[in-house]
Amino acid sequence: MEWVERYFDKEKECMSRDEMTALQSERLVKQVANVYENVAFYNKKMKELGIEPGDIKGIEDINKLPFTTKEDLRDNYPFGLLAVPKSKVARVQGSSGTTGKLTLASYTQADTELWGECVARCMTMAGLTDEDIIHTCYGYGLFTGGLGIDFGARKLGAMVIPMSSGNTQRQMMCMEDFGATAIACTPSYALYLAESLRDAGLVDKLKIKAGILGAEPWTVEMREQIESILGINCFDIYGLCEILGPGVAMECIHHKGLHIHEDYFYPEILNPATNAACADGETGELVFTTLTKEAMPLIRYRTKDLTSIDHSTCDCRRTLPRISKFKGRTDDMKVIRGVNVFPTQVEAALLSMGGEVAPHYMMIVDRENNMDKLTVMVEVDERYFSDEIRELEGLKNKIAGVLKQALGIAVHVKLVEPKTIARSEGKAKRVIDNRNLS
Amino acid sequence: MTIKQLSVFLENREGRLDEVLKTLGANDVNIVALSLADTADYGMLRMIVSDPVKGKAVLKEAGITSMLTDVVALRVPHATGSLSKAMHELMAGGVNVEYMYAFANGADASAVLKSDDPVKVVTILRENGFDVWEADEAYHANC
Repeated sequence: MEWVERYFDKEKECMSRDEMTALQSERLVKQVANVYENVAFYNKKMKELGIEPGDIKGIEDINKLPFTTKEDLRDNYPFGLLAVPKSKVARVQGSSGTTGKLTLASYTQADTELWGECVARCMTMAGLTDEDIIHTCYGYGLFTGGLGIDFGARKLGAMVIPMSSGNTQRQMMCMEDFGATAIACTPSYALYLAESLRDAGLVDKLKIKAGILGAEPWTVEMREQIESILGINCFDIYGLCEILGPGVAMECIHHKGLHIHEDYFYPEILNPATNAACADGETGELVFTTLTKEAMPLIRYRTKDLTSIDHSTCDCRRTLPRISKFKGRTDDMKVIRGVNVFPTQVEAALLSMGGEVAPHYMMIVDRENNMDKLTVMVEVDERYFSDEIRELEGLKNKIAGVLKQALGIAVHVKLVEPKTIARSEGKAKRVIDNRNLS
Repeated sequence: MTIKQLSVFLENREGRLDEVLKTLGANDVNIVALSLADTADYGMLRMIVSDPVKGKAVLKEAGITSMLTDVVALRVPHATGSLSKAMHELMAGGVNVEYMYAFANGADASAVLKSDDPVKVVTILRENGFDVWEADEAYHANC
């Protein structure tokens, strides 16, 4: 089928650099005045740096502003960073935090409209229109995946099938029966589903033409595999709940990076050691400033994702800058089956068992049959060592239960001999990722 | 009347069993009886050895964690149904057997029993005319 490039908001998506800079400057000046006035955290930070809203005259002054980190979000959990009265908050969404608490994001009604608009742009980038039927197997709930896609489909005027995750047999039946033309889920699940559809001989019966896949890192090879099994185009969608959820950035048909909706989210790429701005093509940490968000505006939020940026006009004619697929993280967070997992969460969970297990562990992430698998190796503490397998299996199941509760994903626990996991010498290596995704 | 069993947690990795056996052999700790239980991820090696305390010490020195457990070694007469009778008495006495393994010594057969109450096991067995190994005797069976 011949590709027709479509735009949801051509004026913004193809805006000249000068016009975009002017728009961003105007929005940044307003946002800085807003947070200085309404968010005690930013007021204090700016005063500490000796700057006032008047010092920020345009986007070129952004490097004068303070950073925001995930730790700041945790310290101000749950509602300490609101710039509006709590009564104006329409909803919250969340993802894992580095410890037991969630990373929580608040949205006003206007913020959810903005979210829908960004996702609608992404869907249009994938060639979808109000005629399309979008089958989403992202989970609905605090996780931003399901609802983000839902808001986007609503804005676009498309039909959404809110499947949520799990039960592949039922997913396949609904895709066929309801005539889905697009699917939204994690890439690993898309591949699993594609293979299941092929094995069931259902591929030819489907009307599907596009996959909007994200929430975890994936490779070009994986995209090509899904595309060839289903005969569709697949697109990488990116987001994080602190900034929005899915829809912050999205690949176009040319696959030359993910277009950032920079009229709403101003991206900087900074050298993680020196905080100096990186030139186009240079790898650094992605930092976002939300230019128009109301409920929880964030100034220079450090995503800890490593990438590079390209401001040149894309073959699709969009001027929205493109970030490369992620090249890693500045911390040891892992995305497993779409869920953010931090080693510190595992440690806190093991410690919460009150000395029943030693907090010496190693996380191993594998991809088996295209599904992520997390194995946590835990040492059998000498004090709790038993020669009865029933006792050891009981301990293993208990640890697996505690970890599942803490991480939100199933964990395979492997008991290992005491003192066989390397002790920390400085920063201990706690994660081995065998997925080869970067 | 109860004896000490030396138990070792073994990860399923190549050469691990060999390391344990070599360490015991090199230190003149003789293995009288053993059982190896396996699960998907690890194994449990249970042994009656000539000197369990020394066995634990030399394993520890080699970086291998082991533990000593009180078990009972029952001499089973070579007559059909004798093990069944012993088990029946234990069941009647309300004792729960966690695991059991057998070893041979000369004309006799013996069974090592782990239960939640080893002392009670010995009492029940002796009251019913069964012979239970003394520790020193068991550690040097077959020698």
